[in-house]
Amino acid sequence: MSPILFWVFSALMLIFGISVVVNRSPVASALSLVVSFLGLAALFVSLDAFFIGTIQVLVYAGAVMVLFLFIIMLLDLKAENRRKLNIAAWLGGGLVSLVFVAQLYAVLQRFPLGQQAFPAIKAGKIDDVREVGFILFSTHNLPFQVVGVLILVATVGVVILSKRELK
Amino acid sequence: MTLTLNHYLFVSGLLFTIGFAGVMLRRNIIIIFMCLELMLNAANLSLVAFSRFNVGPDHLPNYNAQVLVFLIITVAAAEVAVGLAIIVALFRARQTTHVDDISSLKF
Repeated sequence: MSPILFWVFSALMLIFGISVVVNRSPVASALSLVVSFLGLAALFVSLDAFFIGTIQVLVYAGAVMVLFLFIIMLLDLKAENRRKLNIAAWLGGGLVSLVFVAQLYAVLQRFPLGQQAFPAIKAGKIDDVREVGFILFSTHNLPFQVVGVLILVATVGVVILSKRELK
Repeated sequence: MTLTLNHYLFVSGLLFTIGFAGVMLRRNIIIIFMCLELMLNAANLSLVAFSRFNVGPDHLPNYNAQVLVFLIITVAAAEVAVGLAIIVALFRARQTTHVDDISSLKF
């Protein structure tokens, strides 16, 4: 993948990520999040992870965001009216974020392995769905089944939570 | 200029910071929830970058990391379903999504 495309999709992802945080209307935030996830899916494809890129679009940009928009519609949220800003919280949050970015930059400068280019992989077609599926059902079979139970528990939990009166 | 692992790690760190700042700065519980998703996805991006960087002797990326990303996406989807159900239950009880209005444990 050419570096130009990497910068374009990174900028798309980060700009719309910032737009999620600064938008006052929840609907605009949710739609910005969809664009941010699409940029992230493009970055996954640039790393030759086609399967992960596809399920990122299907699960996140599709299912999860529909759920978010549905809940925003159900709760009938308006753009929040301006409240008095909590100056201490904004200063504290901004400061911690800036320190985190500075720290990250300093650590990456001292990480010589990360300054190498990505090694070449096999030319031609890559069967990454087959490879991921093979590892998922052989080496990582137990976590896969545990996740199945987790989804069942989550489904039952959501049904119980959504009942009108809890007995 | 060639792309290195550090480029992807730094972009992933920036996305994580945006999500973190959103959780710290915003007071709307649904926006906070969206920012949690951003942070999960930033972790996924660095995992996939490490997977592509770790090319094995068969000249394929290390797919163990991609299996982990798959499991993270599954768990995140379950988490969104349960979290939004809790938000709906909360909204029914208190008619607000502003976290400053929901500061007591007992009604």
